[in-house]
Amino acid sequence: MIQLIAFYLFAFVVIASAAMVIFARNPVHSVMWLILAFFNAAGLMLLAGAEFIAMLLVIVYVGAVAVLFLFVVMMLDIDFAELRAGFVRYLPLGALVAIILAAELVFALGAWSAGGVDLAARAAPAVADKSNIQQIGELLYTRYIFLFEAAGIVLLVAMIGAIALTHRQRGGTRSQNIAAQNRRRPHEATRLVDPGVGQGMEL
Amino acid sequence: MISVGHYLAVSAVLFTLGVLGIFINRKNIIVILMAIELILLAVNINLVAFSAALGDLVGQVFAMFVLTVAAGEAAIGLAILVIYFRGRGTIAVDDANRMKG
Repeated sequence: MIQLIAFYLFAFVVIASAAMVIFARNPVHSVMWLILAFFNAAGLMLLAGAEFIAMLLVIVYVGAVAVLFLFVVMMLDIDFAELRAGFVRYLPLGALVAIILAAELVFALGAWSAGGVDLAARAAPAVADKSNIQQIGELLYTRYIFLFEAAGIVLLVAMIGAIALTHRQRGGTRSQNIAAQNRRRPHEATRLVDPGVGQGMEL
Repeated sequence: MISVGHYLAVSAVLFTLGVLGIFINRKNIIVILMAIELILLAVNINLVAFSAALGDLVGQVFAMFVLTVAAGEAAIGLAILVIYFRGRGTIAVDDANRMKG
Protein backbone atom coordinates (compact mmCIF):
# COMPACT_ATOMS: atom_id res chain seq x y z
CA MET A 1 0.00 0.00 0.00
CA ILE A 2 2.71 2.45 0.95
CA GLN A 3 4.50 1.50 -2.25
CA LEU A 4 1.46 2.39 -4.28
CA ILE A 5 1.12 5.76 -2.56
CA ALA A 6 4.82 6.44 -3.10
CA PHE A 7 4.54 5.42 -6.73
CA TYR A 8 1.65 7.76 -7.41
CA LEU A 9 3.40 10.57 -5.57
CA PHE A 10 6.62 10.16 -7.55
CA ALA A 11 4.76 9.69 -10.82
CA PHE A 12 2.61 12.76 -10.29
CA VAL A 13 5.56 14.97 -9.33
CA VAL A 14 7.73 13.72 -12.19
CA ILE A 15 5.03 14.43 -14.77
CA ALA A 16 4.07 17.79 -13.26
CA SER A 17 7.67 18.95 -13.11
CA ALA A 18 8.32 17.71 -16.66
CA ALA A 19 5.38 19.85 -17.79
CA MET A 20 6.83 22.80 -15.89
CA VAL A 21 10.22 22.24 -17.60
CA ILE A 22 8.74 22.84 -21.02
CA PHE A 23 6.21 25.52 -20.04
CA ALA A 24 8.30 27.64 -17.65
CA ARG A 25 9.01 31.16 -18.83
CA ASN A 26 12.50 31.36 -17.43
CA PRO A 27 15.04 28.67 -18.41
CA VAL A 28 16.59 28.88 -14.93
CA HIS A 29 13.27 27.74 -13.52
CA SER A 30 13.18 25.04 -16.20
CA VAL A 31 16.48 23.67 -14.91
CA MET A 32 15.15 23.65 -11.35
CA TRP A 33 12.06 21.72 -12.44
CA LEU A 34 14.31 19.36 -14.38
CA ILE A 35 16.25 18.63 -11.19
CA LEU A 36 12.98 17.88 -9.37
CA ALA A 37 11.92 15.58 -12.22
CA PHE A 38 15.21 13.68 -12.03
CA PHE A 39 14.96 13.23 -8.26
CA ASN A 40 11.46 11.83 -8.56
CA ALA A 41 12.41 9.58 -11.47
CA ALA A 42 15.18 8.24 -9.22
CA GLY A 43 12.49 7.53 -6.65
CA LEU A 44 10.47 5.63 -9.26
CA MET A 45 13.51 3.54 -10.10
CA LEU A 46 14.14 2.83 -6.43
CA LEU A 47 10.59 1.52 -6.19
CA ALA A 48 11.32 -0.79 -9.11
CA GLY A 49 14.33 -2.15 -7.24
CA ALA A 50 17.00 -0.59 -9.45
CA GLU A 51 19.05 1.10 -6.75
CA PHE A 52 22.18 1.51 -8.84
CA ILE A 53 20.44 3.31 -11.70
CA ALA A 54 18.57 5.49 -9.21
CA MET A 55 21.78 6.62 -7.52
CA LEU A 56 23.46 7.07 -10.90
CA LEU A 57 20.56 9.27 -11.96
CA VAL A 58 21.00 11.50 -8.93
CA ILE A 59 24.78 11.69 -9.29
CA VAL A 60 25.07 12.04 -13.06
CA TYR A 61 21.94 13.97 -13.95
CA VAL A 62 21.43 16.17 -10.92
CA GLY A 63 25.08 16.44 -10.01
CA ALA A 64 26.57 16.98 -13.45
CA VAL A 65 24.13 17.53 -16.30
CA ALA A 66 21.66 19.82 -14.52
CA VAL A 67 24.46 21.90 -13.05
CA LEU A 68 26.01 22.15 -16.52
CA PHE A 69 22.68 23.42 -17.85
CA LEU A 70 22.39 25.92 -15.03
CA PHE A 71 25.91 27.11 -15.68
CA VAL A 72 25.28 27.69 -19.38
CA VAL A 73 21.90 29.37 -18.79
CA MET A 74 23.42 31.78 -16.32
CA MET A 75 26.60 32.38 -18.31
CA LEU A 76 24.95 33.45 -21.55
CA ASP A 77 23.30 36.84 -21.72
CA ILE A 78 20.03 36.00 -23.42
CA ASP A 79 16.80 37.91 -23.93
CA PHE A 80 14.39 35.21 -22.86
CA ALA A 81 11.26 37.17 -23.71
CA GLU A 82 12.28 37.28 -27.35
CA LEU A 83 12.81 33.53 -27.39
CA ARG A 84 9.24 32.96 -26.23
CA ALA A 85 7.83 34.76 -29.25
CA GLY A 86 6.77 31.76 -31.35
CA PHE A 87 5.30 29.85 -28.41
CA VAL A 88 1.63 30.20 -29.32
CA ARG A 89 2.30 29.75 -33.02
CA TYR A 90 3.98 26.38 -32.56
CA LEU A 91 1.52 25.14 -29.94
CA PRO A 92 -1.15 23.64 -32.27
CA LEU A 93 1.36 21.67 -34.34
CA GLY A 94 3.19 20.49 -31.24
CA ALA A 95 -0.05 19.48 -29.53
CA LEU A 96 -1.14 17.56 -32.62
CA VAL A 97 2.14 15.62 -32.79
CA ALA A 98 2.03 15.00 -29.04
CA ILE A 99 -1.54 13.70 -29.14
CA ILE A 100 -0.75 11.36 -32.04
CA LEU A 101 2.36 10.12 -30.24
CA ALA A 102 0.47 9.59 -26.98
CA ALA A 103 -2.29 7.69 -28.79
CA GLU A 104 0.29 5.44 -30.41
CA LEU A 105 2.01 4.80 -27.12
CA VAL A 106 -1.29 3.91 -25.43
CA PHE A 107 -2.05 1.62 -28.36
CA ALA A 108 1.32 -0.10 -28.04
CA LEU A 109 0.79 -0.46 -24.30
CA GLY A 110 -2.56 -2.12 -24.91
CA ALA A 111 -1.06 -4.45 -27.49
CA TRP A 112 1.75 -5.38 -25.15
CA SER A 113 -0.53 -6.10 -22.20
CA ALA A 114 -2.72 -8.22 -24.47
CA GLY A 115 0.29 -10.53 -24.73
CA GLY A 116 0.96 -10.44 -28.42
CA VAL A 117 4.72 -10.86 -28.25
CA ASP A 118 6.56 -13.88 -26.96
CA LEU A 119 9.50 -12.90 -24.84
CA ALA A 120 12.86 -14.57 -25.33
CA ALA A 121 14.81 -16.25 -22.55
CA ARG A 122 16.39 -14.04 -19.88
CA ALA A 123 19.86 -12.88 -20.82
CA ALA A 124 20.98 -12.23 -17.25
CA PRO A 125 18.42 -13.36 -14.69
CA ALA A 126 18.41 -11.52 -11.39
CA VAL A 127 19.00 -13.62 -8.29
CA ALA A 128 17.43 -12.88 -4.96
CA ASP A 129 20.34 -13.32 -2.56
CA LYS A 130 22.63 -10.64 -4.02
CA SER A 131 22.17 -6.91 -3.98
CA ASN A 132 21.26 -5.10 -7.17
CA ILE A 133 24.53 -3.19 -7.36
CA GLN A 134 26.62 -6.33 -6.86
CA GLN A 135 24.84 -8.14 -9.65
CA ILE A 136 25.20 -5.21 -12.02
CA GLY A 137 28.88 -4.95 -11.17
CA GLU A 138 29.44 -8.63 -11.87
CA LEU A 139 27.66 -8.29 -15.19
CA LEU A 140 29.37 -5.06 -16.17
CA TYR A 141 32.92 -6.18 -15.48
CA THR A 142 32.64 -9.60 -17.11
CA ARG A 143 30.20 -10.02 -19.94
CA TYR A 144 29.77 -6.38 -20.85
CA ILE A 145 33.34 -5.22 -20.26
CA PHE A 146 33.84 -4.10 -23.86
CA LEU A 147 30.60 -2.14 -23.81
CA PHE A 148 31.70 -0.58 -20.55
CA GLU A 149 34.99 0.48 -22.10
CA ALA A 150 33.14 1.77 -25.15
CA ALA A 151 31.05 3.93 -22.82
CA GLY A 152 34.29 5.28 -21.40
CA ILE A 153 35.50 6.10 -24.93
CA VAL A 154 32.21 7.89 -25.62
CA LEU A 155 32.72 10.04 -22.54
CA LEU A 156 36.35 10.73 -23.49
CA VAL A 157 35.34 11.81 -27.00
CA ALA A 158 32.57 14.01 -25.57
CA MET A 159 35.02 15.62 -23.16
CA ILE A 160 37.67 16.28 -25.82
CA GLY A 161 35.01 17.53 -28.21
CA ALA A 162 33.52 19.94 -25.68
CA ILE A 163 36.96 21.31 -24.77
CA ALA A 164 38.06 21.62 -28.40
CA LEU A 165 34.83 23.41 -29.32
CA THR A 166 34.83 25.96 -26.54
CA HIS A 167 38.55 26.56 -26.15
CA ARG A 168 39.74 29.83 -27.60
CA GLN A 169 43.00 31.69 -27.70
CA ARG A 170 42.54 35.20 -26.37
CA GLY A 171 44.62 37.94 -27.98
CA GLY A 172 46.42 40.36 -25.70
CA THR A 173 47.12 38.05 -22.82
CA ARG A 174 50.73 37.73 -21.70
CA SER A 175 51.03 34.02 -21.11
CA GLN A 176 54.26 32.20 -20.36
CA ASN A 177 56.27 31.08 -23.41
CA ILE A 178 58.24 28.14 -22.11
CA ALA A 179 60.15 27.46 -25.34
CA ALA A 180 61.41 31.03 -25.47
CA GLN A 181 62.42 30.81 -21.82
CA ASN A 182 64.39 27.65 -22.39
CA ARG A 183 66.10 29.03 -25.49
CA ARG A 184 67.52 32.01 -23.63
CA ARG A 185 71.24 31.89 -22.94
CA PRO A 186 73.11 33.93 -20.30
CA HIS A 187 75.01 36.04 -22.86
CA GLU A 188 71.85 37.35 -24.46
CA ALA A 189 69.96 37.80 -21.21
CA THR A 190 72.64 39.80 -19.34
CA ARG A 191 74.79 42.72 -20.28
CA LEU A 192 77.91 44.02 -18.63
CA VAL A 193 78.09 47.80 -18.40
CA ASP A 194 80.57 50.10 -16.79
CA PRO A 195 78.91 53.40 -15.89
CA GLY A 196 81.06 56.29 -15.00
CA VAL A 197 80.84 57.88 -11.56
CA GLY A 198 77.80 60.17 -11.27
CA GLN A 199 76.52 59.47 -14.78
CA GLY A 200 73.76 57.01 -13.91
CA MET A 201 72.50 54.06 -15.94
CA GLU A 202 70.73 54.01 -19.22
CA LEU A 203 68.51 50.99 -19.63
CA MET B 1 0.32 -3.62 -6.53
CA ILE B 2 2.41 -1.65 -9.00
CA SER B 3 2.57 -3.37 -12.36
CA VAL B 4 4.88 -2.68 -15.27
CA GLY B 5 1.96 -0.97 -16.99
CA HIS B 6 2.03 1.83 -14.40
CA TYR B 7 5.65 2.54 -15.20
CA LEU B 8 5.02 2.38 -18.93
CA ALA B 9 2.19 4.89 -18.60
CA VAL B 10 4.41 7.32 -16.68
CA SER B 11 7.20 7.00 -19.20
CA ALA B 12 4.79 7.40 -22.12
CA VAL B 13 3.51 10.68 -20.66
CA LEU B 14 7.07 11.83 -20.00
CA PHE B 15 8.15 10.98 -23.54
CA THR B 16 5.19 12.85 -25.00
CA LEU B 17 5.95 15.89 -22.86
CA GLY B 18 9.52 15.81 -24.12
CA VAL B 19 8.43 15.76 -27.76
CA LEU B 20 5.91 18.55 -27.08
CA GLY B 21 8.68 20.56 -25.44
CA ILE B 22 10.81 20.31 -28.56
CA PHE B 23 7.94 21.60 -30.67
CA ILE B 24 6.74 24.50 -28.55
CA ASN B 25 10.18 25.83 -27.65
CA ARG B 26 11.43 25.95 -31.20
CA LYS B 27 13.58 29.01 -30.59
CA ASN B 28 15.13 28.25 -27.24
CA ILE B 29 17.72 25.55 -27.74
CA ILE B 30 18.45 25.24 -24.01
CA VAL B 31 14.90 24.07 -23.35
CA ILE B 32 15.11 21.81 -26.41
CA LEU B 33 18.15 20.11 -24.87
CA MET B 34 16.27 19.75 -21.59
CA ALA B 35 13.33 18.20 -23.46
CA ILE B 36 15.74 15.69 -25.01
CA GLU B 37 16.94 14.83 -21.50
CA LEU B 38 13.30 14.24 -20.52
CA ILE B 39 12.87 11.88 -23.47
CA LEU B 40 15.97 9.93 -22.49
CA LEU B 41 14.71 9.81 -18.91
CA ALA B 42 11.44 8.30 -20.15
CA VAL B 43 13.43 5.69 -22.08
CA ASN B 44 15.42 4.88 -18.95
CA ILE B 45 12.27 4.46 -16.86
CA ASN B 46 10.96 2.08 -19.52
CA LEU B 47 14.15 0.03 -19.52
CA VAL B 48 14.28 -0.19 -15.73
CA ALA B 49 10.58 -1.09 -15.47
CA PHE B 50 10.94 -3.97 -17.92
CA SER B 51 14.18 -5.05 -16.28
CA ALA B 52 12.45 -5.23 -12.91
CA ALA B 53 9.32 -6.89 -14.26
CA LEU B 54 11.15 -9.58 -16.22
CA GLY B 55 13.87 -10.17 -13.65
CA ASP B 56 16.57 -9.52 -16.21
CA LEU B 57 19.44 -7.19 -15.36
CA VAL B 58 20.49 -6.37 -18.91
CA GLY B 59 17.89 -3.62 -19.03
CA GLN B 60 19.58 -1.82 -16.16
CA VAL B 61 23.01 -2.21 -17.77
CA PHE B 62 21.59 -0.73 -20.95
CA ALA B 63 19.99 2.11 -18.99
CA MET B 64 23.44 2.93 -17.69
CA PHE B 65 24.77 3.23 -21.24
CA VAL B 66 21.84 5.42 -22.22
CA LEU B 67 22.74 7.64 -19.27
CA THR B 68 26.35 7.83 -20.46
CA VAL B 69 25.35 8.87 -23.94
CA ALA B 70 22.87 11.40 -22.53
CA ALA B 71 25.62 13.01 -20.45
CA GLY B 72 27.94 13.21 -23.46
CA GLU B 73 25.17 14.60 -25.62
CA ALA B 74 24.37 17.33 -23.09
CA ALA B 75 28.04 18.32 -22.86
CA ILE B 76 28.53 18.51 -26.63
CA GLY B 77 25.19 20.22 -27.18
CA LEU B 78 25.94 22.92 -24.64
CA ALA B 79 29.44 23.40 -26.07
CA ILE B 80 27.97 23.95 -29.53
CA LEU B 81 25.42 26.31 -27.97
CA VAL B 82 28.18 28.36 -26.33
CA ILE B 83 30.17 28.78 -29.55
CA TYR B 84 26.96 29.55 -31.46
CA PHE B 85 26.15 32.27 -28.95
CA ARG B 86 29.68 33.67 -29.25
CA GLY B 87 29.35 33.95 -33.00
CA ARG B 88 25.78 35.24 -33.24
CA GLY B 89 24.97 36.85 -29.91
CA THR B 90 21.67 34.95 -29.73
CA ILE B 91 20.55 31.37 -29.32
CA ALA B 92 17.44 31.54 -31.51
CA VAL B 93 17.89 28.41 -33.59
CA ASP B 94 14.84 28.47 -35.81
CA ASP B 95 16.73 30.60 -38.32
CA ALA B 96 20.05 28.81 -38.00
CA ASN B 97 21.30 28.64 -41.57
CA ARG B 98 24.97 29.44 -41.28
CA MET B 99 26.09 26.36 -43.13
CA LYS B 100 23.43 26.77 -45.84
CA GLY B 101 22.46 23.14 -45.40
